[in-house]
Amino acid sequence: MAWMSGERLHLGHGPIDMIVGAEGPGRMAGLHRAAQAFEGLLQGLVDELPRLRAPLGPMPRGAVARRMVLAVAPFEPQFITPMAAVAGAGAEEILQALCDGPAITRAYVNNGGDVAFHIEAGQDMRAAVAGGVAGFLRVSHDHPWRGVATSGQGGRSLSMGIAESVTVLSRGAALADAAATMIANQVDLPDHPGIARVPASEIAPDSDLEQRMVVRHVGPLTPNEVTQALDRGKDYAQALLRRGLIGGALLVLRGQMRIVGELLLVKDHEKEAVNA
Amino acid sequence: MTTATSDVKIRCNACPVMCYIAPGKVGACDRYANEGGRIVRCDPITILDRRVQAGGEIRPFLKSNWDGAVIGAGDLTISGGGAGTTYPDYKPAPFIISREVDGADFVTVVTEAIYSYCGVKVKIDTDRHLGAERAVVRAEGEEIGHVTTSEYGSRMLSLGGVEHLTGGSKAEGRVTCDALLRLCNREAVDLEIDGGAHVVVQAGQAPIVDGVREERMRVGCGSATIGMFASQWQGLVDEVVVVDDHITGVVSEHQAGKVLGWPDTGIRIKGHRSTPGRYFKVARPGSGWAGTDIDDPLTILNPWWEKKGARPGLSLLMVSTTGEHAGYFVLDEALQPRPHEMPEVLRASVDLIAENCEPALCTVMFQAGAGGSLRAGVTRNPVRLTQAVQAGRAQVTCGGAPAWVWPGGGITLMVDVMDLPAGSFGYVPTPALVAPLEFTLRREDYVALGGHEAAIRTVADVLEHGGEYGSEFRAVGPQG
Repeated sequence: MAWMSGERLHLGHGPIDMIVGAEGPGRMAGLHRAAQAFEGLLQGLVDELPRLRAPLGPMPRGAVARRMVLAVAPFEPQFITPMAAVAGAGAEEILQALCDGPAITRAYVNNGGDVAFHIEAGQDMRAAVAGGVAGFLRVSHDHPWRGVATSGQGGRSLSMGIAESVTVLSRGAALADAAATMIANQVDLPDHPGIARVPASEIAPDSDLEQRMVVRHVGPLTPNEVTQALDRGKDYAQALLRRGLIGGALLVLRGQMRIVGELLLVKDHEKEAVNA
Repeated sequence: MTTATSDVKIRCNACPVMCYIAPGKVGACDRYANEGGRIVRCDPITILDRRVQAGGEIRPFLKSNWDGAVIGAGDLTISGGGAGTTYPDYKPAPFIISREVDGADFVTVVTEAIYSYCGVKVKIDTDRHLGAERAVVRAEGEEIGHVTTSEYGSRMLSLGGVEHLTGGSKAEGRVTCDALLRLCNREAVDLEIDGGAHVVVQAGQAPIVDGVREERMRVGCGSATIGMFASQWQGLVDEVVVVDDHITGVVSEHQAGKVLGWPDTGIRIKGHRSTPGRYFKVARPGSGWAGTDIDDPLTILNPWWEKKGARPGLSLLMVSTTGEHAGYFVLDEALQPRPHEMPEVLRASVDLIAENCEPALCTVMFQAGAGGSLRAGVTRNPVRLTQAVQAGRAQVTCGGAPAWVWPGGGITLMVDVMDLPAGSFGYVPTPALVAPLEFTLRREDYVALGGHEAAIRTVADVLEHGGEYGSEFRAVGPQG
C-alpha cells in the first residue's frame, strides 16, 4: 500500500495493482476501508482458483469469486471462465468497501485498466480511453453504468482475438471486464496467415484457456482485413447491447475504430483520467 | 523460492497465485520468470562490479559468496536495471542508496525511468547515399524518423521521439517503440529510407546497405586523400583521381600536386570545379564508388586535352576514398583511357588508403528527457534536482554509464547504448521506453534539495534485503 501523487492510493499484491481514488468528506475513512478490504483479497481468490479457472462448477464461497461467476454467466454457452472477470470483480469489491460509509461523492478503483466507480447525484466521471482515442468517456449519475474495462492485445491477459483494444461500459466492472474479453475475442480473422497463434498453455501452463489458441503476433493487415475483423466484433457487441449486457463499446484495430451503443466521448483533455 | 516439479515447469511462490511457469516464460504478474529452472525477477537489479570489468562477463551475484569487502571501496554500484519503477511517480525511487566515495557521503538514487520523450541518434559510418536530408526513415512501413545532417564520413539518422511515439497513429507508435527498443538493446533493425537505401542498423556492428556490408569508413574526402598521399604517388603514375561523392580530387591540378611540381595531364573532369583539383557533384549519389552511383569511373571524364599535356601512354590511377574501388588506365593513341593491370607499387598505395580507413560502425546514442514526474521520485522539490544536475552536483548515469547532459533547461541526456549492460531497455505500452537511471550526489546536497532522506539505505542493506520488487542481483562489469 502506498500513496501516489494526487493522493490516490496504490494497492498491490502479486499480479494485482489497484489505484484507488475518492472524493468527499468521508474520503479518508473510505480509503481506509478499501485498504482493509484489500487484505486477503488475493488469498481469497487463490483458495478457489481451480473452480474459477473452470467454465462450469459449483457456486464459490468468496464474495469476489461469486461476482466473477455471476458476471460471466450471461455469456454461456460460449466458452468463458470466471477468470474473464477477475480484474473487474476485484475492483467492484474494493469499491463497495470504499463506499460502505457516509460522505463519498465520487470514487473509483482502477484494477489494471478495469475500473469500478461510484458517482453521487450531480456528479460525473470521465475516463481516458485506451487505443489512442483523443477524448474521454463521460458517465454521469443519471446513467446506469458503473464499470468500464478494456481488453485486447498488449495487455497482460492472453486474447483469442486481434483487437488492439476493446473498451466496454457496463453496469459494473466485472460485467464490463467479461464483455470486453468476449468482444476482443471476436475481433479476429480466422485462418489469416499473418496472425501467429499458440496454445495458451504454452505461454502460461496455468491458463484457464488451456489448449485454446491465443494470438501472439499480428503481422501487416490490409485496411479491408481490419474492417472485416472489426465488423465481426461490432456485430457481437451489438448483440450484447440488445441484451442489455453493455452500455457501449469502442473497438480499435490498426487505426480503425467502431463505436457501439451510446458512448459519450468528450474532447476534453482535463483531468479525471481514471483509466490512463 | 522455488519448488521443482517433475516437469521443467516450475512453481513460483513469490505470491499466493503460485503460477506454474514454463522455461523462458513469465508468471501472471509479468515480474517473475523461469530462467533455467530457477524463478528470477525478470530484470534483476544490476550491480556493476568494476572488478569483473575485464571481459565484462555476467555472473550471478549471491549474498552467500559476497565477502562484503568491496562496499565503500567504490568499485560496486547498484544500477537502475531491474529496480522497478516509480511510475506514475507516487513514491520514492525504488532504491535510494548511500555509499561512501572518497570519504564523502554520497547518495545514489536508482530508478527505472519511463521516457515518453526519447529517441536515438544513429551514426552510420558510410559515404554511401542512404537518402536525402530530411527523407523519411521507415520500419515495417511505418514512419519512425528521418535522415538528418551528415557528419564527416558518416550518415546520421534521427529516430523516434515523442512525435512518432505518441503523436502519430497507434501503429506508428508501436513500431517506433519496438524499433527503438531493439536498437537500444543492440539488436539489428531493418530500416527503409524513402527515395534511398535499405539499411540494417545494429549498434557496434557494421551497417548493411542494400544488402552489402559496409566494411570501411573513408579516410577523408577525395581532396583530403590527395593531400595525404600525393607525395607517395609521385613518380609512380602520371595522374591520380580520387573519386568521392563529396569532393573528388585530381592530383595534377590540386594544390598538393602543384607544390610537388606535378605536370599537367590534360585531364577533364565532369562536375562543378570548386577550387583547382577539387570537384563537386561528379556523379549522382548512389551505392557505387565512394557514395556515388558510379560503376565505371571513366564516365566522370570528358575527352582529354592534348594541348594541356595529354599524350599516348599517360598512366592514370582512379581510386575511391576507401580504397575499396580502384582502376589503372593508360591512354591509347586516340587518347582514350584503356584498362591495364595495376603495377604492384600502386596497388600498395591503394592498400594504404584502405588501411587508413577505420572499420565502419553503427553508433546508437539514446537521447531522452528525465521529465517532471520522474524527478518526484528523487525529491519533493523536482526543480532542485534539475538545478543540481545542471550545476554538476548530481552525476547522471544510465545503468552505470555516465550520461552526457545537455546544457540549458531540463535533464536531457545522451548515452551510448553500448555502455549500458546488455538488455537494459524495456518498454511500456504507452508507448515509451524504460531505461535505468541513476542520480549520484553528496548526501548533504541530496537532503538539501528535498530528497527522501528517510528512504536512504546502505548498499549492504540493499544487497542483503533487496528492493520492494525482488532481491535477485546480477553483477556485470561496467561496459567499455
